[in-house]
Amino acid sequence: MAFLHDMRFRAFFYQVVAIGAVILVGWTMFSTASGNLAKQNIATGFDFLSRPAGFVITEAAIAFEATDTVGRAILVGIANTVKVSLLAAILGTLIGLAVGIARMSRNPLLARLALVYVELLRNVPLLLYLFLWYSLIILILPPVRQALNLLPGVYLSNSGLVVPAALVESGGGALLACLLGGAAAAFVIRRVFTQKRVATGRSNHGALIATAAFVLPALVLWLAGGVSIDWEFPTAGKFRLTGGLHVRPEFVALLFGLALSVSANVAEIVRAGIQAVSKGQWEAAAALGLARAKTMRLVVLPQALRIIIPPLTNTYLTVFKNSSLAIAIGYPDLVMVSNTVMNQTGQAIETIAIFMGVYLALSIAISLLMNWYNAHVALKER
Amino acid sequence: MKQALLSICAAALGLTMAGQASAAGTLETVKARGKLVCGVSLATPGFAAPDDKGRMQGFDADICRSIAAAVFGDGDKVEFVPTNINTRFQALQSGEIDVLSRQTTHTFSRDASLGLDFGPTVFYDGQGLMVAKSLGVTSAKELTEAAICTLPGTTTAQNISDFFRAINGKFELVVFESPDENRAAFYSGRCEAITSDRSDLASIRAVANNPDDYVVLPETISKEPLAPAFRQNDSNWGDIVSWSVWLLMAAEEKGITQANVDEMLKSEDPDVQRMLGATEELGKMLGLDNNWGYSIIKSVGNYGEVFERNLGEGTRLGLTRGPNALWNAGGLIYSPPIR
Repeated sequence: MAFLHDMRFRAFFYQVVAIGAVILVGWTMFSTASGNLAKQNIATGFDFLSRPAGFVITEAAIAFEATDTVGRAILVGIANTVKVSLLAAILGTLIGLAVGIARMSRNPLLARLALVYVELLRNVPLLLYLFLWYSLIILILPPVRQALNLLPGVYLSNSGLVVPAALVESGGGALLACLLGGAAAAFVIRRVFTQKRVATGRSNHGALIATAAFVLPALVLWLAGGVSIDWEFPTAGKFRLTGGLHVRPEFVALLFGLALSVSANVAEIVRAGIQAVSKGQWEAAAALGLARAKTMRLVVLPQALRIIIPPLTNTYLTVFKNSSLAIAIGYPDLVMVSNTVMNQTGQAIETIAIFMGVYLALSIAISLLMNWYNAHVALKER
Repeated sequence: MKQALLSICAAALGLTMAGQASAAGTLETVKARGKLVCGVSLATPGFAAPDDKGRMQGFDADICRSIAAAVFGDGDKVEFVPTNINTRFQALQSGEIDVLSRQTTHTFSRDASLGLDFGPTVFYDGQGLMVAKSLGVTSAKELTEAAICTLPGTTTAQNISDFFRAINGKFELVVFESPDENRAAFYSGRCEAITSDRSDLASIRAVANNPDDYVVLPETISKEPLAPAFRQNDSNWGDIVSWSVWLLMAAEEKGITQANVDEMLKSEDPDVQRMLGATEELGKMLGLDNNWGYSIIKSVGNYGEVFERNLGEGTRLGLTRGPNALWNAGGLIYSPPIR
C-alpha cells in the first residue's frame, strides 16, 4: 500500500474524486429533471428549434421573416446581442481612455469633471440608467409625425433617427478592393516608416502617408465615377418614415447605457494603469526633452497597457453580459427573443440552457482573445 | 428581469429536486397547508392588483377566492403569488402554486405539452388593438407600416404577425418586458398602436391620463378564452377548480347573490338546494364540505357580481358583458347542471 503515501498519486486521486462528484451531481439533476418532466407529460427536447417562429423581429442584425424557424430567431437574438455589445465596447473604450487621461490632467477643473463623470456612472445601477436614457428619448423627442428635420433627409423623433441609406448600385466590388488594398498598403507603409524612425531616430510623416494610402485609392475611384451610389431618402409614409436607414431608440438607449457604463470602468482602469507606471519613466522622458503629451503617448501608455489588459477583459465580459438588460427597454437581444420563444413553446429549461450556453461560449471566446492579446503585449521575460 | 430569472431558477430547481410534491394529491397538500396558493398577474387592474389597503382585488383574484372558499369555507385563505408571464407555467408544474388564475389563454399546445389542464373558460377575450383617437384610424387594416407596442411572448406577438401576414402588410413590432414601459412607450407616441387582449387594453386605457384620447379598434384578431389552469393527472383537484367556477355561473343563473344566499338556503328550488348543500351531499363527492357552494357565494358572490365588481361598467375598465353574458342572455357563459 505504499502508493497511498505517494504525493503524486494522492493529488491525482483527489482530482478524480472531485470530477467524479461533479459529474454525478450533474447527471443526477439532469436525469431527475427529465424523469419528472416525462412523468408530468411535459414536452422535452430541441425539436422546437426547427418549427416556424411565427413572430416578427423588427430590429434584426441578420434578415428575419416570421416564416423563418425558431432556431433562426435565436440566431437573430445572438447577432443583435453581439452587435450592441461590440459597438458599446469600442465606444466605451474610446470615451473611457479620454476620461481616464483627463482624470490625470493638471487642470483641476477637467480632472474634477472626469471624477464626477466616473462616480456618477459607476455608482448607479445600469438598469436605472437604461430606463433614464430610454425615457428621455421617448419623452423629450416629438412623435414621428412631428419629426425634427435636421438636415435634408435626416429626421429625429422618438421613433429614432432616420438618415438616407446609401445603396451601392455598381462598382461595389471595386470599392471594396480599393479599401482593402489601401488598408494593406497603409499597414506596410506604417511598418516601414516606424522601422526607419527607430533606426534613424528621426521623426517622419509615416502616419500621414499611411492614411493617405488608405483613403486615396477609394477617393480616386469615387471621383473617377467608378462607383455609383443611389441615395434612398426617407419619405413620409402614412404613419412613419419609410425608406432610409433607421436607428431605433431602443438600440440607441442600450448602446449609450452600455457604452457609458463601460467608459466609467475603463477610465478607472486606465488611470490605475497610468499611475502604476513608475514616476522615473516620466522623469526620464522629460530629461530626454519629450513633451508631456508625447511622453504619455509614447512612453507611459504602452507600459500602462500591460497592466490595463487583464481588468479590461473583465469589463468587456461585463458589458457583454449586461447587454441582457436590453429586455427592459425593448431591444430584441438574445434574452428577449428567448423569452418570446419560451412563451410560445413553454420549453423554458431548454431555451434557458441554450442562452446560457451561448453566453458561456461567447464569454470564453472573449477571454481567450483578450488573453492572447495580453500574452502578446506582456513583458517578454527571456 | 432578476425576478424572472430567480423564479425560473426556482422552477428548474423544483423540477430537479421535488418529484413527490404532486404524488400526494393537491387537495390534501392544500388542506395540510391551511391555505390555497394561487398564481395571479403582476398588478393588472381589474384582474389582479392590490388595492390601497394591500388586499388583492380583481376578477382572477376572486376566482382564487372562490376555490379557497370551496376548500376551506373561507375565501380569504389564499396566498396570492404574482407570477411572471414567462414562468407562470413552470410555477404551476413545479408545485410552487396550486392553481394558475392569470388571464391565461387555453390553447391546444399548452394543454397538450405543458403537463397541465385547463378549467372552464372564465372570460371570453380576444386580441385587439388600441390607437390614439387623433390618428383618425378606424380599422386595424389601416395600420400597415405602423409601429405596434406589445409584451413579449404569450400568443400576442404571433397573432399580430399572422394578422398582418394575412393582409400582406408590414409593421414594426416593439416588444417590452415590463408592462409599465410598454404603456409609457405607447402614451408617448413611440408606437401608433398597442396590442393585447381587449380586456387588458381596457385596463391600459383606464390608467391613461385621459382615457378618452384612446380608442380600441373594432377588430378582434384572435380568440382568447381565459381559463384557470392546474396540474395534469389530478382529476379530483381539477374537478374542484372547474366546479367552483361553474358554481359561480350557475348561481347567477339561479339568482343567488352574496346578499340573498342565506335566504336562498331555504329555497324550494331543488337545484338551489343541491348547489348550496341544503339537500344531498354533492360537496362530499369532491372531498369538500357539503356547504362548499354556500361558502363560495358568501365569499365572492355569483359570476355576474364578480364580473361587475371588477370589470363591469361601473369600474374604471368599463367592460360590457358581451360574450361573457349568460347563455340565456345571448352570451357564452354556460354551466353544466349541478346535480
